[in-house]
Amino acid sequence: MADTVSTASAPALFGARNYPAALEWVARRAEAFVIPLAALIVGMALFSLFIALVGKSPVQLYVTMWRGGFGSWFSIQNSLSRAAPLLLAALCVALPARLGLVVIGGEGAIVLGGVAAAAIGVAANGAPAFVVILLMGVAGVVAGGIWIGAVGALRHYRAVNETISSLLMAYIAIALMNHLVEGPLRDPASLNKPSTEPLADAYRIGNIPGMDVHWGLVVGIVACVLSWLLIEKTRWGFAARIAGGNVRAAQVQGLAVGPLIVGFTGLAGGFAGLAGMLEVGAVQGSANASLAAGYGYTGILVAFLARHNPLAIIPVAFLLGGIGASGGLIQRRMDLPDATVLVLQGMLFVVILFSETFYGRFKVFNPDLWKRGS
Amino acid sequence: MDATEIGLWGVPLAILGGAIRVSTPFIFVSLGEAITERSGRINLGLEGTLVFGAMTAYAVAVVTGSPWLGVLAAAGAGLCFGLFHGWICKFRGVNDIAIGIALMLFGSGLAFFFGKPFIQPSAPDLPAIAFGGWSNIPQVQAALNVNVLFLIGAALALFLWWAFRNTRAGLIVRVVGDSSDAARAMGLNPNTVRLLATGVGGALAGIGGAYLSLYYPGSWTERISSGQGLMAVALVIFARWNPLGCFAAALLFGGAGALGPALQSVGVTQGYYLFYAAPYILTLIIMIATSSPSRSLAGAPGELSITK
Repeated sequence: MADTVSTASAPALFGARNYPAALEWVARRAEAFVIPLAALIVGMALFSLFIALVGKSPVQLYVTMWRGGFGSWFSIQNSLSRAAPLLLAALCVALPARLGLVVIGGEGAIVLGGVAAAAIGVAANGAPAFVVILLMGVAGVVAGGIWIGAVGALRHYRAVNETISSLLMAYIAIALMNHLVEGPLRDPASLNKPSTEPLADAYRIGNIPGMDVHWGLVVGIVACVLSWLLIEKTRWGFAARIAGGNVRAAQVQGLAVGPLIVGFTGLAGGFAGLAGMLEVGAVQGSANASLAAGYGYTGILVAFLARHNPLAIIPVAFLLGGIGASGGLIQRRMDLPDATVLVLQGMLFVVILFSETFYGRFKVFNPDLWKRGS
Repeated sequence: MDATEIGLWGVPLAILGGAIRVSTPFIFVSLGEAITERSGRINLGLEGTLVFGAMTAYAVAVVTGSPWLGVLAAAGAGLCFGLFHGWICKFRGVNDIAIGIALMLFGSGLAFFFGKPFIQPSAPDLPAIAFGGWSNIPQVQAALNVNVLFLIGAALALFLWWAFRNTRAGLIVRVVGDSSDAARAMGLNPNTVRLLATGVGGALAGIGGAYLSLYYPGSWTERISSGQGLMAVALVIFARWNPLGCFAAALLFGGAGALGPALQSVGVTQGYYLFYAAPYILTLIIMIATSSPSRSLAGAPGELSITK
């Protein structure tokens, strides 16, 4: 992943005399917006072609998608609710990616974070709500953090490929959840859908005032902003970016790459675990198989679309949350399978990755080439 | 001793039978991945190819009534996915691992999209050969009921092992995988070789998928694959890119996968779901045991990003 270390301050360049400098400033940054946006449009165009080929109207599809995901206050709230876990799941991919690691097993951390939170929520029954919710959050973060932190540790200390190990760990986590939910932690009253005991109402996480969206959205946005600050404005983030560029160089510089990798992957897993805790506390009310709803996998797409920039994750998660939210409406109105959304996501993913090849190829975005003339 | 009451002996027997039954998709996917990785690229998208192959094979078998046409169609579909991966990865800045993840999601999505109408109808099964006819114990007969694709997979492993060492094509793939520069100096185009190697790898993964839907478990559902495509990638590393090693490792994984059902069949239900995790835990342990931070893996293709 290309990374810009230059951080020229914008206001100083926007002086009246500095018009060319301002233009340069815009040009250098435009690439990171224009290429993903163009890729998004190309991806949607390809998907239109696909929909036309299976005999449906692409126009109707996008109109339905707009209505289902973004067209009304109701659908926007629905999309925002889906965006909440995506924000945290995407951070689970984006943070390790800054260190050059491709971690794709966030689903496992979500699942275990949810189970840990549910177990604590039931065990601490009777304590004040504030304390219990806090404990649940800590449990989720710790469970997820250990899970993905272990992936980072294995990567650094044993050279185990993190992509494969994280995915294997996700399968193990889901098996572990099934074992706990069907066995030791099972609520005997849950017959058809084995679950842990339901949380007391006082411990449920409520909605943001005036909206039908739970507090998880705020948690997710705060997590994204904090992650951005961590990467861009702290020495740990700086060290991580150096290690992500070249591990050997970072080691020669005396950076403690091992703790850095374990710390970043642990934090990434902690965020995913928090997403699981929020799903339990705000949506499900107990831990069950619904925790493995695929947020971890959609989060991979969100992170890649945002090019692993935590701030860019916020709009992208809203966009993909909306696309996901419109799936049901597309299925009902257009008689298309619910996997239609998966096809769109897959196409977008491929096109976005392909667009990586265009970075640095357009003269427009590279002022250094302007001066040399053509 | 009553012939049908074989007690705890049923466990190793069921694991043996399970190993043969469950391992076939692993064999095909890992052999395909071995070819791709020997050429210097990694295709994580084989999981998606496997699922799409399973759907294609099932759909074609339902429509035409011939399971073998289904296998052929699955191989063709896998070839397309592999060629696409091989083509798109030749562009600068396009990461083969990331593209693999994208194709994993895309392949599964497409399979669910087109496979919806085929969840209900039943397709003809692939034939199996009963090697257990000499015994009158039903468990032995069940364990030794070997599918034809398993035998083809075993023969293929042997052939590839021979071909990598003794044929021109095998040498070309290995040179490209070890050093792009050396290959170019020999007048070879690494991108073309990798394109073909990834294409063949995809076709084999498609056949692995066909086995899933046409023999064991033998129906098309959206949960047909549980990460076999990915475990196969880890398995290739464990097998040191050796086709015979892939075959042996696939049997081992198949046995691990059969552990849960085998124990359940003799009445052990405690921790049933944990036994389901056995193949994943085994894979992880093997990866930890065989990786090392201080030396590169013996036999690893030099151009492979995953071992660097």
